Amino acid sequence: MGLLNKLDDPYDGGGIILGKVEELLNWGRSKSDWYLHFGLACCAIEFMAMNASHFDFMRFGTIPRTSPRQADFIMVTGTVTFKMADRIKVLYEQMAEPKYVISVGSCSNCGGPYWEHGYHVLKGVDKIIPVDVYIPGCPPRPEAFEEGMMKLQEKISHQAIFNKRKRLGIE
Amino acid sequence: MSEKKRLDLEYSQLDSDRMRLNVGPQHPSTHGVLRLEVEIDGEIVTEVIPHLGYLHRSFEKHCEKMTYPQIIPYIDRMDYISAMNNEWPYVMALEKMLDIKVPEKVEYIRVIVAELNRIANHQIAVATFGLDAGAFTPFLFFFRDREYIIWILEKLSGARLLYNYFRVGGLAGDTYPSFKEECLNVIEKVRKTNAEVMDLLIYNRIFIQRTANVGILTPEVAVNYACSGPVLRGSGLRYDLRKDEPYSIYDRFDFEVPVGKGEVGFVGDCWDRNIVRMQEMEQSCRIIEQALAQMPETGDVKANVPKRIKPPKGEVYMRTENPKGDLGFYIVSNGTDKPERLKARGTSFVNLSVIPEISKGYMFADLILILGSIDIVLGEVDR
Repeated sequence: MGLLNKLDDPYDGGGIILGKVEELLNWGRSKSDWYLHFGLACCAIEFMAMNASHFDFMRFGTIPRTSPRQADFIMVTGTVTFKMADRIKVLYEQMAEPKYVISVGSCSNCGGPYWEHGYHVLKGVDKIIPVDVYIPGCPPRPEAFEEGMMKLQEKISHQAIFNKRKRLGIE
Repeated sequence: MSEKKRLDLEYSQLDSDRMRLNVGPQHPSTHGVLRLEVEIDGEIVTEVIPHLGYLHRSFEKHCEKMTYPQIIPYIDRMDYISAMNNEWPYVMALEKMLDIKVPEKVEYIRVIVAELNRIANHQIAVATFGLDAGAFTPFLFFFRDREYIIWILEKLSGARLLYNYFRVGGLAGDTYPSFKEECLNVIEKVRKTNAEVMDLLIYNRIFIQRTANVGILTPEVAVNYACSGPVLRGSGLRYDLRKDEPYSIYDRFDFEVPVGKGEVGFVGDCWDRNIVRMQEMEQSCRIIEQALAQMPETGDVKANVPKRIKPPKGEVYMRTENPKGDLGFYIVSNGTDKPERLKARGTSFVNLSVIPEISKGYMFADLILILGSIDIVLGEVDR
């Protein structure tokens, strides 16, 4: 809430906020992320509990979407098999920029318990789509989901929008 | 037959193009990653082909590569909603092979945790079924109560969903001091919520109109497809392994086996399958109460088991009553510490096979309800 803190110290007359447009945009973007829920396996059950009464995932401003076109980030919850992998890639490509990925659980992070003999399990969803936040656990606790969401918000709120190439030194 | 069937006959006389639709694998109402290839004639479903394999996690391959105790976590991940119930037939099969008699206290704790997990499973089943029908409030109610059950199981085993609590010849740990009171508190909460949901969802007029006379599974079809669990009992057949083939100590408890009676429609419709789950929760509460009263205060939670579990050469099949139906494990041992072959009879897989049969002739929106009333878990279907 870096932007709103500046209201505590107003100029004469008040009501003026000095800040960057970038900060305003990022603040807005990070507080209302809609997600494409991609429930695959056990982690999806824990994610259902996360969405329900006790933990209330929607307080982060997230709203579940079933269409990739309306989603800001995709939550891959569960084991990604080879048969499923190309579907995930297609759904990811259908999402509008800017887009993010949260990989939930050991299976989608690295293959989890199936890393050694799982002949039909993709060893990590990051082999097909770029992942922003990894949430560890098998399945992760709801607290871990919360921290993962906060990490994603942190990442979004520090993103460069204007003069990206100059500031990040990409040439 | 029902009104829906007559509707089908009238529609089928019209000449119209048929359309093929794909439902899933990424669809919120398929309860996982199931793909249904549906052929529809207008709004009427004429053919359903389930496509599996989107969650095939090579369970049987892992069993051949792991030692016997190492397999238990993989069994948790089969039917991940009722992990405690899954572990039970497996450890019982090994105990049968090794000829181990487990202590009295272990049997009681196993019954209690399995029945608690059965309640949790049925809560999810009814909650998601309500979601399919458009009711969101029961979902919140049930998940509020399920959390209390999970806290008990977490204190016992250390995990919230996949417990790895059962061991060959015993359990991972003993109960904690306030275990009894907390179980009784949970039962009270479950009963209160169930009474509320009965008014809110089950006997709701809109819900009855959506689910009564939909997806009628006749007893003959249910038996021919080897259905089990609430799907079979919803069709009016009184078949429950806890009663008919009492394993462990289930012969010591007084409980009933609820069956579908066709209260609001035909016997074996979606509503019947749902009410069976609601009534089974009550029966589970009764079993837990009796088990808590009979449970010995002191005692060991582990039998004398050799350090390396090496069953003698041979084969064994053991089955128990999972919340979803019969779950059986067929183990072939070659005398080493790893099984030669391990085959699981997945309940969800067998129950899913009945969907093409019972969803023909109903509306497309009813197909989602029929799928929800079967209560499948794709981890157990694909394994």
